[in-house]
Amino acid sequence: MANTLLDTVWDLHTVRRLPNGETQLFIGLHLVHEVTSPQAFQMLAERGLRVRYPERTFATVDHIIPTDQQQRPYADGMAEQMFAAIEENVRANDLPFFDRSTGRQGIVHVIGPELGLTQPGMTIACGDSHTSTHGAFGAVAFGIGTSQVRDVLATQCMSVAKPKLRRIEVNGRLSAGVFAKDVILHIIGSLGVQGGVGYAYEYGGTVLDAMSMDERMTICNMSIEGGARVGYVNPDATTEAYIEGREYAPAADDFQRAAAWWRSLASGPGASYDDVVVMDGADIAPMVTWGINPGQVTGVDDVVPSPEALDGPDRAASEEALEHMSLEPGRAIAGIPIDVAFVGSCTNARLSDLHEAARVARGGRVADGVKALVVPGSQRIRAEAEAAGLHEIFREAGFEWREAGCSMCLAMNPDKLQGDQICASSSNRNFKGRQGSPTGRTLLMSPAMVAAAALAGEVADVRQMVAS
Amino acid sequence: MSEGAVIDRIVGRGVPVRGNDIDTDRIIPARYLREITFEGLGPHAFEDDRRALNGAHPLDDPRFADAGVMVVNKNFGCGSSREHAPQALLRRGIRAIVGESFAEIFFGNCVAIGLPCLTTTPEHADALQALLEEAPDTDLTVDVEAERVVTDHGDYPAAVPASAKASFLTGRWDALGQLLENTDEVRATSARLPYLTGFGGESS
Ligand code: SF4
Repeated sequence: MANTLLDTVWDLHTVRRLPNGETQLFIGLHLVHEVTSPQAFQMLAERGLRVRYPERTFATVDHIIPTDQQQRPYADGMAEQMFAAIEENVRANDLPFFDRSTGRQGIVHVIGPELGLTQPGMTIACGDSHTSTHGAFGAVAFGIGTSQVRDVLATQCMSVAKPKLRRIEVNGRLSAGVFAKDVILHIIGSLGVQGGVGYAYEYGGTVLDAMSMDERMTICNMSIEGGARVGYVNPDATTEAYIEGREYAPAADDFQRAAAWWRSLASGPGASYDDVVVMDGADIAPMVTWGINPGQVTGVDDVVPSPEALDGPDRAASEEALEHMSLEPGRAIAGIPIDVAFVGSCTNARLSDLHEAARVARGGRVADGVKALVVPGSQRIRAEAEAAGLHEIFREAGFEWREAGCSMCLAMNPDKLQGDQICASSSNRNFKGRQGSPTGRTLLMSPAMVAAAALAGEVADVRQMVAS
Repeated sequence: MSEGAVIDRIVGRGVPVRGNDIDTDRIIPARYLREITFEGLGPHAFEDDRRALNGAHPLDDPRFADAGVMVVNKNFGCGSSREHAPQALLRRGIRAIVGESFAEIFFGNCVAIGLPCLTTTPEHADALQALLEEAPDTDLTVDVEAERVVTDHGDYPAAVPASAKASFLTGRWDALGQLLENTDEVRATSARLPYLTGFGGESS
């Protein structure tokens, strides 16, 4: 029986089985950001330990960094303190640090791949649940908590149970106006927000095969929203082409050997899975969430579902969601008015995402009363977008063009919803309060759909806007 | 190796926090992630939910003021990996959580800080919550070893996965000590990784 990529990578990185039955797993790449690391460095110092593999540990700043005014010291004293902490910690431990002065700063899950740090066959950890993003390259990548960040800093290992494996195959073709974001929202809507607990997800099928690395990253990014801590795509020629020539990619002399090894890792045709789910890409419409978790989602041409169709706790959950969202069951998703439009986050702030949003925004005008912002995922993406003139398209249409960071994906920097504003957002979480106001409301959708909503002032079907 | 305390049973009052898919943004809003220590988090647990309910949240109910056991429903702790969530609960005095199911990263974070999460059926979670709502002064014994929650009014099975159970009962729930034990094996593992050794080329 052929092995899966998960089996092969897991075995290769297994140091030993711990007495409690978990695996002591070696972590090939550890990414660090300002928010979940200060306590970990503190715990390390308290035990008199140092970073064990500084050359496999890379740091950046993304969550708390303001994306409008970036002069130091920051007006926000707590942000300033958090920056001072990471600067001191990387200095004391000799860690490579991609801060703004390097031109390589950005959202940790955007810059890892962009710099070529993220490669197939690696185990990767980061104190952030969207570490699953890196699985797009055929890496096994985990989001971890702060105590585990400490463990990985101190030992380059973590204690972890091997997950079961579910293959999710999306075949056929996507319609125009349907993007990777819609595919993953569709998957989460079908399997539920806890359907993946205890599983890793292996994504495949003709739709995934045809996807760019940017698109595969969007899919893997939101694995955790479906409950799966790990999600990956088997490496192929697309993966190799993306990595080749990047700063931390294998050197030219090594590249062919590296690529041959990467290809050998892919799950074989005869591999066995704990579960297999097959979906048809043609069934997927542009998706929009109507509730307070990413599984509460439907097609833009659909209506807000009625809780009465559900029973028990699911019914209570959807009643709570509709109350928070102030949405009536049965109302059309298209036409829900919005106050804010946010293109950004580790899910959808890569160059191709900005291109798709710009294609919709070009020549249009953000609706009166709507605040619209575009926040590139990294300094490099920002520069590339500017070289392509995207910033002009956005600005002319009335979008703010920001510096790189997490921005309005979460409420740790100045970009926040006010009161009960509704935000069309290309990010990954529509939890209550996620975007900074306890009563704020989030509608998750693709970047093209966000741009369409910004122009229309309400949720709009991007398929009609690009067709016309 | 220096390890934590053995955690085999937790005795205390309980607090019911009802609802499925309660995410870690709700357990501790992101604005409290701006602190560089976990110390002051306790009072801010569930802050936005509590504010929205204007004193009607169970954590604001004086009858549950000294609860050490939280009883929850399905997929508790989903979303962000922030350890701030279990740290806030721990610092509020929560010593065990009993619920229908837990999100994976949250569960692991709880193990790492010595906060057992026990899984029970929807019926038993509901019965325990109802019991606490009726009789808030009920004493609960969360028995990690026997995998039960025992009260004067009834006795409920509540499972702990084998690996977590072993960690709690041996006091080795903080993994760091064990991970530091075998540096030679760690080195041997890293030495067989193609991406750390030039992919088998001569240069390595
Ligand atoms: S963009 Fe959002 S989800 Fe991604 S790392 Fe930043 S805060 Fe987390």
